Amino acid sequence: MARLNIRKTYKLYINGEFPRTESGRFYAIKGKGGELLANACRGSRKDLRNAIQAARKAFPVWSGKTAFNRGQILYRLAEVCEARAAELVDELRRQGSSAADAKREVAAVTDRWIYYAGWSDKYPQVFGSVNPVSGPYYNFTVPEPTGVVGVVSPEEPALLGLVSRIAPAIVGGNTVVALTSESRPLAAITLGEIFETSDVPGGVVNLISGLKSELIPWLASHMDVNAIDTTGVAEGAIAAIQKTAAENVKRVIHFNAGKIGWDDATRSQSPYAIFDFQEMKTVWHPIGM
Amino acid sequence: MTTTTIETRDRLTPGAASSALVEWNYSPSLESTDHVKIQPRYNLFIGGKFVEPHSKRWFETINPATEETLSEMAEADAQDVDRAVKEARRAYDKTWRKLAASERSKYIYRIARLIQEKSRGLAIAETMNGGKPIKESRDVDVPLAAAHFFYYAGWADKLEYAFPNRNVSPVGVAGQIIPWNFPLLMAAWKLAPALAAGNTIVLKPAETTSITSMMLAEIIQEADLPPGVVNIITGAGATGAALVNHDDVDKIAFTGSTDVGKRIQRATAGTHKKLTLELGGKAPNIVFEDAPIDQAVEGIINGIYFNQGHVCCAGSRLFLQESILEPVVRKLRERIQTLRVGNPLDKNTDVGAINSRAQLEKIQELVESGVDEGAEIFQSSCTVPDRGFWFRPTFFTGVAQSSRIAQEEIFGPVLSVLTFRTPEEALEKANNTPYGLSAGIWTEKGSRILKMAQKLRAGVIWANTYNKFDPASPFGGYKESGFGREGGLHGLSPYVVLS
Repeated sequence: MARLNIRKTYKLYINGEFPRTESGRFYAIKGKGGELLANACRGSRKDLRNAIQAARKAFPVWSGKTAFNRGQILYRLAEVCEARAAELVDELRRQGSSAADAKREVAAVTDRWIYYAGWSDKYPQVFGSVNPVSGPYYNFTVPEPTGVVGVVSPEEPALLGLVSRIAPAIVGGNTVVALTSESRPLAAITLGEIFETSDVPGGVVNLISGLKSELIPWLASHMDVNAIDTTGVAEGAIAAIQKTAAENVKRVIHFNAGKIGWDDATRSQSPYAIFDFQEMKTVWHPIGM
Repeated sequence: MTTTTIETRDRLTPGAASSALVEWNYSPSLESTDHVKIQPRYNLFIGGKFVEPHSKRWFETINPATEETLSEMAEADAQDVDRAVKEARRAYDKTWRKLAASERSKYIYRIARLIQEKSRGLAIAETMNGGKPIKESRDVDVPLAAAHFFYYAGWADKLEYAFPNRNVSPVGVAGQIIPWNFPLLMAAWKLAPALAAGNTIVLKPAETTSITSMMLAEIIQEADLPPGVVNIITGAGATGAALVNHDDVDKIAFTGSTDVGKRIQRATAGTHKKLTLELGGKAPNIVFEDAPIDQAVEGIINGIYFNQGHVCCAGSRLFLQESILEPVVRKLRERIQTLRVGNPLDKNTDVGAINSRAQLEKIQELVESGVDEGAEIFQSSCTVPDRGFWFRPTFFTGVAQSSRIAQEEIFGPVLSVLTFRTPEEALEKANNTPYGLSAGIWTEKGSRILKMAQKLRAGVIWANTYNKFDPASPFGGYKESGFGREGGLHGLSPYVVLS
């Protein structure tokens, strides 16, 4: 008789831990042929609030690290994704990707971490400035992370789309609460394990699975979220988020992958994605004996 | 001032220095070296392989703290240089140029990670071959070297953001010549940006300190870097000259003495070769009366005695505002006595050995001139080992602006102390030098820091700190300290062609 396998429980990733949703609810994740793959957590408003709290607590620690250190950690994420590529490919395939697509997606994920790792200690040199003001003042502008960023993952590609939005946010020193793809959350949830084993402090990235229609309004209206990335939001639903976001003047960022293709390295990764989640601080100081 | 000598089994244990105030005895704290493999002989690293020199000649390399032979290095002649340049050219045309930039960056990341994995052995070899304290090679040289490769790896596929409105291409084959004061780190400063920009390289390390460059060659091999992308050839002045004069080298990068830098500038005149030079310095370290004195004293000490003063940007001219001359000099006298001079492999050691007999003689000659020209000398009374090349930390007061010890680079643990009254006077004296590599400013007043920084003619200015280096921070000189920058975005410029 064949050995019985142990089925994986897909939980949330909050504050460096793997709790189930406090609501106790689930929803079924089905494969291509309609077969049951897993019961994913149907995340709740309370889960989101816990995650945002964790992200806020992790923010000073994460943004306080040197740029070099953050770059090293993102490189480590690439190392671990490379090592666990087979597992990630398997989960993408079970959710419906072809073998070739899954392999391509996972390779692109690894390379995307490396790309953004390399920006950690360079984007201030590109986006910052020393400003030649008309007066005896030394005046400089530096980018600083905006704070807690809410990310809504694209439905597809579920892993690459999510990483493509998390990486520029965190390399710039922000912390993230992300809603995974609703229909294909499995690989993204495994990504939580990869964050946890790659020297990323708990709370820097938090992953919530569930129904987007339930979760997005709470993410968009939470008063302690500084920016929201609507890349994974359906076109018609964005206006409502923009209105809600005005309550605490959240920055609303949207990347339209459109026809580009998420694994098109020249178009779907850029330091401007980092810039989107930065505030510009300008400082003056007199010059004189 | 009394000196206490400690009796120990190891003749190289740092002698205890004592001040009038307190006596410290340090137990030996030797770094264990049994896990480090220094080969008895190294060959040339050309085309991805270690090959014997055409001359079939090798020269000894020693530990300057003990004068014991560590290994032999191959002597590369003009034919070896030619072979290395041919390999670099072939690798450039056939492989490196054609590789996607993102893949190029991955190789450079590999080198960085391998340096991190092998960090302790590299630090020990650096200390044994060059004489610098293990504290420094372990905590400064090796980590910075890894960080340089890590930083520039990230630029490889991002060059279009570094140069607005320009198409960026590599220069081609770069010939690089590095000095003996930070051997591995200087190799990293040279190789990393050149590789990131897509160039191939022939590197010549200094003849007294080639071991860590050859260990880097082994790392490069382990990283599977395509053969010929980096070639490392050992030898002395003749090897360097052959590289500078080779027709098929597109760019020369040199760090070393101003004299040799000028010779190289003459040699490349009229050729197509791009050139960058990082040469000597005689940095002013300026302390105002409102500076926090104890912090300033630490900065002064670090500025001139770090790495035995074998530092191009060493703060070798101290300018004290007259009102604080007496207290600062008194504190310097006390602090200098607490510096532990001795076995560089002892983790307690602050000041190690002088790199070579030749350099020791240069230092001695200049110090004698200081005495002859009427300055007042103060030297630490510490004991130094019998074997090896040593110079006790020294400073001179009553130094005239025109004296040799105020104008010429000593490149040793010797400080010249001068004074000033007004900031304008400090500036005039500080800038009165053909050099312009670095400067230090010590004051609590922010606006004065910025004004002094504005007026000092130097490429690197440290305010309320000294000797700080980072791969993200551009480093290089004004005037006869050379031209071109290493580190940061600006460090890419020497290795690209913009069209």
